[in-house]
Amino acid sequence: MPLNKEQIAQRIARELKDGFYVNLGIGIPTLVANYIPEGVDVVLQSENGLLGMGPFPFEGDEDADLINAGKQTITTVPGSVFFDSAMSFGMIRAGKVDLTVLGAMEVADNGDIANWKIPGKMVKGMGGAMDLVAAAKNIIVAMQHTNPKGESKLLAKCSLPLTGVGCVRKVVTDLGVFDVTPDGFTCIEYAPGVTIDEIKAKTAGRLTIAADVKEIAV
Amino acid sequence: MNKVVAGADEAIKDIPSGATLMLGGFGLCGIPENCIHAIVKKGINNLTCISNNAGVDDFGIGLMLQGRQVKKMIASYVGENAEFERQMLSGELEVELVPQGTLATRCMAAGYGMPAVYLLAGIGTEVAEGKEIRNFNGKDYLMELAFDSDFAIVKAWKGDTQGNLIFKGTARNFSPMMAMAGKITIAEVEHLVPAGELDPNAIHVPGIYVHRIFQGDKYEKRIEQRTVRKK
Repeated sequence: MPLNKEQIAQRIARELKDGFYVNLGIGIPTLVANYIPEGVDVVLQSENGLLGMGPFPFEGDEDADLINAGKQTITTVPGSVFFDSAMSFGMIRAGKVDLTVLGAMEVADNGDIANWKIPGKMVKGMGGAMDLVAAAKNIIVAMQHTNPKGESKLLAKCSLPLTGVGCVRKVVTDLGVFDVTPDGFTCIEYAPGVTIDEIKAKTAGRLTIAADVKEIAV
Repeated sequence: MNKVVAGADEAIKDIPSGATLMLGGFGLCGIPENCIHAIVKKGINNLTCISNNAGVDDFGIGLMLQGRQVKKMIASYVGENAEFERQMLSGELEVELVPQGTLATRCMAAGYGMPAVYLLAGIGTEVAEGKEIRNFNGKDYLMELAFDSDFAIVKAWKGDTQGNLIFKGTARNFSPMMAMAGKITIAEVEHLVPAGELDPNAIHVPGIYVHRIFQGDKYEKRIEQRTVRKK
C-alpha cells in the first residue's frame, strides 16, 4: 500500500533532530508537527513572524492576531517569539533554519523544484517558497509521486516555472524515500507493498536504487 | 507636534488617485481595516498597492478590487480571491508577484535608506528576468530595488500621540517595515494612548516614521482559516 498523507508526514518527522529549527509548508508538511519523535525538541518557524508555533487553539480560544503562514489560527509555546517579516526572512536567508519541508508540483533529478505556478491556469504566487528554497540548508519535499493524471512528478527536468534550482535534498512520496544525488534520485526506502518495478515505472527522472534499500517502517 | 487625526477619513484625505500605497498585513491578519474602508468609500482609484496579499473577495484589499480601484498589485501570494484572479486573467489588473522575503526586504531597504539589496531568492527562475545579477563569494544574487511608495498604511495594536507603535502577535508581519518605508505613513491603532504610557523598551516602530495616527472606530479582525482542537 502506498503511504497516505499522514504516513508521509510521519516518515519525514524521523528526519527531525533535537535542536532543529524547522519551517513546515502548507499541506502534508504541516502534518509533520503531529509526529515529532519523543525526546526530540524542535522549534517550528512560521515565516509570517513566529518561532515556537504550537498546536491549534482550543475552541473559543482563537486569536485573529495569532496565525501561521497558512493563515490558520494557532497557539504559542513556552519560549515563543514574534518578529516582523524582514527578520523572519533574514533568519531564513542567513541559514539559521535547519530544515524546510514543503510540497511540490514537480521535482527534477538535479534538485530543481517547481511549486508556484501553472501558466494560464493557476497563478497564486510563490509566497515565501522561493526565499526558503534559495536559502535553507536542507530541503525535503513531501508530495504524491504522480499527478492526478498518473504522470510522474519526479522528472529529468521540470516543465513548470521553477521555484528554485538544485536545492531539494530529499523527496518523500507515497511510494518511497528518495535522496537527490549527483546521479539523480536514489531510492533508499519503499512503501510497504510497493515494488521497485512500480517505482521505476512511475519515476521519469534518473533513478538508482540504493544497495541497502529497505521497506519504510510504518 | 500633532500627529493625531480624527479618524480614517481625515487620515487618507490627501491620497490622490494614481498613488502608490503600501498596506500592512498577512492575509487578513493585521490589515488596516478602517483606512481600507475609507479608501473604498472615497473611491480613490488607479492605485498601485504593495501588500503581501490582496485580501479576500469581500474583505481587505478585496473590497478595493471590487470597486476597480487598483491598477497594479505587487504581492507574494494572491490566492483565495476569485475577483482578483478574474481581473488578473482578463488583463484589467497588472500584477507583479514578488517572493515574500524579497517583498519584506525591499520595504526594509526603503525604511533604512538603502536603494537596493542583493538577494538569493528567485535566482534561476522567472523572477530573475531583467534583473542585474552580482556574484559574491561564488554565489549569484539578484539586485532588488527598494520600494518607492507615496503612502504606507499600517495597523498596530497600541500607539501613542508621538506615533510610536507596538504590534501584537503575528499581526506585526510587514507593518513595521512598511511604516518605515512610506513617504507619508498612516497608522491606525486599536488603542491610542498619551505619549509616555508605552514602555520605550517595547516599541516596535519609533514615531519618527509615523506621520498620522488615529484609533480605529471598529475592528472586525476577520479570521481566514479558523482551526481549532477539541477541549
